[in-house]
Amino acid sequence: MYPSDLRYTKEHEWVRLQDVIATVGITDYAQEELGDVVYVELPKVGAKLKAGQSLGTVESVKAVSDIYCPVAGEVTEVNSALSDTPETINKDPHGQGWLIKMKVDDPAAVAGLMDAAAYQAFISEKGKDVSA
Amino acid sequence: MSDRIKKASRHTSQNEDLIFQKSAPGKRGLELPPLDVPPADVNAALGDHARDGIEGFPEVSEIEVIRHFTRLSTWNYAIDLGMYPLGSCTMKYNPRVNEFVARLDGLATEHPYQPQELSQGCLKILLTLQQCLLEITGMDAATLQPAAGAQGELTGLLMIRAHLTSRGNPRKKVLIPDSAHGTNPATAVIAGYEVENIRSDSRGQLDVEHLKAAVHDDVAALMVTNPSTLGTFEPRIAEIAGLLHERGALLYMDGANMNALAGVARPGDFGVDVMHLNLHKTFSTPHGGGGPGAGPVLVKKHLEPFLPVPAIVEKNGQVALEFHRPQSIGRVRAFVGNFGVLLRALAYTLAYGPGIRQATEDAVVNANYIRRKLEDVYDLPYASPSLHEVVFSDARQKKFGVTTMDIAKRLIDYGFHPYTTAFPLIVPGALMIEPTESESKEECDLFVDAMRSIAEEAATQPDLVKTAPHTTRVGRLDEVTAARKPILRWKPKSSSSAAD
Amino acid sequence: MRYLPKSPSERREMLDAIGARSVDELFQSIPEALRLRGALNLPGPMSETELVQFFRARASENSGGYASFLGAGVYNHIRSVVTDTILLRGEFLTSYTPYQAEISQGTLQAIFEFQTLMCQLTGQEVANASMYDGSTATTEAVLMAERLTGRHRVLVARSLHPEYREVLATYARNVGLKIEEIGFTRSGEIDSAALAAALDADTAAVVVQSPNFFGVLEPLAQIAEIARGAEALLVTAIAEGVSLGLVKPPAEADIVAMEAQSFGMPPSYGGPYAGVIATREKYVRQMPGRLAGQTTDNQGRSGFCLTLATREQHIRREKATSNICTNQALCALAAAVHLCLLGKEGLREMAAQNVAKAQFALAELERIPGVRRVFSGPVFNEFTVQFPRSVRLINADLLREKIIGPLPLGRSYPELTKCGLVCVTETTPRVEIERFASSVRTALLQPV
Repeated sequence: MYPSDLRYTKEHEWVRLQDVIATVGITDYAQEELGDVVYVELPKVGAKLKAGQSLGTVESVKAVSDIYCPVAGEVTEVNSALSDTPETINKDPHGQGWLIKMKVDDPAAVAGLMDAAAYQAFISEKGKDVSA
Repeated sequence: MSDRIKKASRHTSQNEDLIFQKSAPGKRGLELPPLDVPPADVNAALGDHARDGIEGFPEVSEIEVIRHFTRLSTWNYAIDLGMYPLGSCTMKYNPRVNEFVARLDGLATEHPYQPQELSQGCLKILLTLQQCLLEITGMDAATLQPAAGAQGELTGLLMIRAHLTSRGNPRKKVLIPDSAHGTNPATAVIAGYEVENIRSDSRGQLDVEHLKAAVHDDVAALMVTNPSTLGTFEPRIAEIAGLLHERGALLYMDGANMNALAGVARPGDFGVDVMHLNLHKTFSTPHGGGGPGAGPVLVKKHLEPFLPVPAIVEKNGQVALEFHRPQSIGRVRAFVGNFGVLLRALAYTLAYGPGIRQATEDAVVNANYIRRKLEDVYDLPYASPSLHEVVFSDARQKKFGVTTMDIAKRLIDYGFHPYTTAFPLIVPGALMIEPTESESKEECDLFVDAMRSIAEEAATQPDLVKTAPHTTRVGRLDEVTAARKPILRWKPKSSSSAAD
Repeated sequence: MRYLPKSPSERREMLDAIGARSVDELFQSIPEALRLRGALNLPGPMSETELVQFFRARASENSGGYASFLGAGVYNHIRSVVTDTILLRGEFLTSYTPYQAEISQGTLQAIFEFQTLMCQLTGQEVANASMYDGSTATTEAVLMAERLTGRHRVLVARSLHPEYREVLATYARNVGLKIEEIGFTRSGEIDSAALAAALDADTAAVVVQSPNFFGVLEPLAQIAEIARGAEALLVTAIAEGVSLGLVKPPAEADIVAMEAQSFGMPPSYGGPYAGVIATREKYVRQMPGRLAGQTTDNQGRSGFCLTLATREQHIRREKATSNICTNQALCALAAAVHLCLLGKEGLREMAAQNVAKAQFALAELERIPGVRRVFSGPVFNEFTVQFPRSVRLINADLLREKIIGPLPLGRSYPELTKCGLVCVTETTPRVEIERFASSVRTALLQPV
């Protein structure tokens, strides 16, 4: 269900690494929880981000979620199409719904994130936890 | 009926155009008496500043204005029609005499800058209200300036900051329970403080142990709502106040739930240093579709020097505005306050006098009655005694895929306004119900019947509930598109993105 | 008690159903030591008749029978009785915030129309559904400019209403915003040279009021140009909305903060009024306050709902654009009804009458020896006049004639001693203006 070529965070972001460029987005679980996305706030190209730092927000009608940068790096591209069609995040969260591309400081850090199986297990646990 | 007949039903069911769409050049709704001085040469007087015209501004007759807004009004639910069981909103009856006295010549007509000796009537109204509010809350001093609860919260926090600064250190943090209203953390940030959340315990009350651990010397205050947003009284409130005071921190109380206390208990007696009241809640001033309100702030003696200017005082047998207050936090808004709202709150208070306790008792009876009559069909997450409001959850109905939001929408079909959904945050799927004292036994019974019926529908016909409401002139509105592509004004057809 | 719909037997029935022997049992959760034993010491209870008597008595202790020449942020204008007819409909008066859109379409459409009217008046693209008043709207506009630019310094005209400046100072102090004031010239307009010199890369906004506190119209296009040079935003405050009937709208401003009291709200000793923020569409997500948006329902029918709620406190909590919750919906409704009644030509005519009355009053006063107009800039319905002696002394004499005279400016502007602010609207009869002028003349003939 969750693409095996991606890595995942506990805050429900995914990372696709190609060489030193990482594409970042939010997972299917995250978009499901959020509901219909109405607006996305993204960083500027050139912004330098630390791991765990908020890189922007994704909004639904009734909620706002921070997006946390999975690994440190510099933003090289943002998905500006989302300002016109934010619903792409709901329709294709792991593909066309990508948020930013960044040049990572340390590509090895990506391997340290959860793989598809670990993430799948993580969210199954969440489903059982009443307070999730 | 054929398509050519445009008006096929009573106006309550058909669309009413925007007023701009009824406009035509040459129509007027309000005429002015003729000018009794020579007309001015506008271009000479204003030069470059002169305007050509106001594009798109409506031109309609008086009858059209009356019909248009009357029709719009028929699409609204209102207290005058029935109950609003909205938790923490205290939607009680808005006494009509209050509207009458607020409009009296000699009250509605007064200018805030006129000489104080010519404003004694207004100033007496303000002073009397102030005295009544102090008596009801057991506090020492007040300001009537803040325009609403949120502004009152800000005023209170700014006074806390000023007080602590006068003692050498404004401190950095404000503690806020996770059950608090959203204005609390928003306000703390605007007052220049960081927010730290305090957990609620398994009874839905403030976790005092967590609080003890969190109260350091960098904590300025705890903002508490009592009774809490669950409608339960914090039993250890005096202890909590003591805890804070020991460390030099203060206790702020959000007075939104004062409807459970007026005449029965006084925040000043349980250690509150500063609090605000929502006059549009406990004190019956009309909501009017979202405001205006007023949020007076009441304080203990040690915070009096920091009250906003001007203060209302008695001086040589007259009532006066005192502007010279060296330690004041300044002004939070122009002029003296929402006088028209304050006047209505006084009229409400005078109508009851010392009998205000009866209103509080009736409010608590109503809430407990509803709790008793629904606790077998709706999940009650916390067993603590309810005062003026009760919080259920949708846990039982969730099994059938029906949420608190759906139940709320279905309640509309039964002729009620929904209760408060999804708040407080500590109860997932919350149904927060506050009937107020304005509801008769009959209305409470009708509400109970409706809620019981919906619980049954949730189990047997969940889709009926999930797609509610069914009997309103519009169904559920597409809030997603409204947020993605906001249309926030009408534009004439000639420009792009015109409304119908 | 007439507001409580329960008979004693019904109370009894309900207590039985609850299983409580008495009401006191329901308050057991409040510690005994905190429960009041006796009744509170409050005036009342009063019947409806007594209430009316009480308030009529208070009404008689105010300024009844006096003529007034006060403005300074609160204006006396003609209001139609139709406005109250609409406001007093229970469905408007006693309805709640329109969160449940399906049963609040009346309020929502009225708000949408109000937003549109405000845009048309101010020449801006979007407007909100009201803030508390002009002073807090101006403050929120400044905070909005700070968020939009990320800068922390604001240049404020001294000719902005003194109380608006006080409110801004109270808010600014706690969020680390630096406020600096820019003076005015002999025209009464902002000192543009001083403004240009003061602008820097940390300036978030320039704040001017037009007509300003002295009644003078500011050259907004020019000021916008100067602000733009430093990439600062122009915030324009408007206290007298009727001016927009004849004065060019502040379309070059980035954010407009207007007080709508002049549109159908009585002076009411200071409130309630309604502030409005109007701005460019691209800034809408940083604008505080409620917004009504047009949309469709699940059957494709046109309707309205509150939108962009994620800016607001109930969702964002700490990160909200403002802490505002309650707005001034009923006051905004009054403004909408009033403006629809007046209409395009009516507002223009009202504005023209204001200009005519002010010009007449100014001429009458200037004929008095020693009295002169202070500022040369164009004015709408308010102007500043200098007298040969203290305004307070003159006003004391005028009070004996049952006239409330000009607002003395010396306290807020020490350099403007013996200067007073005179306001005349379409409601001031000619005979009153003439009587005012002749009373001033008489007062000046008295020895000091």
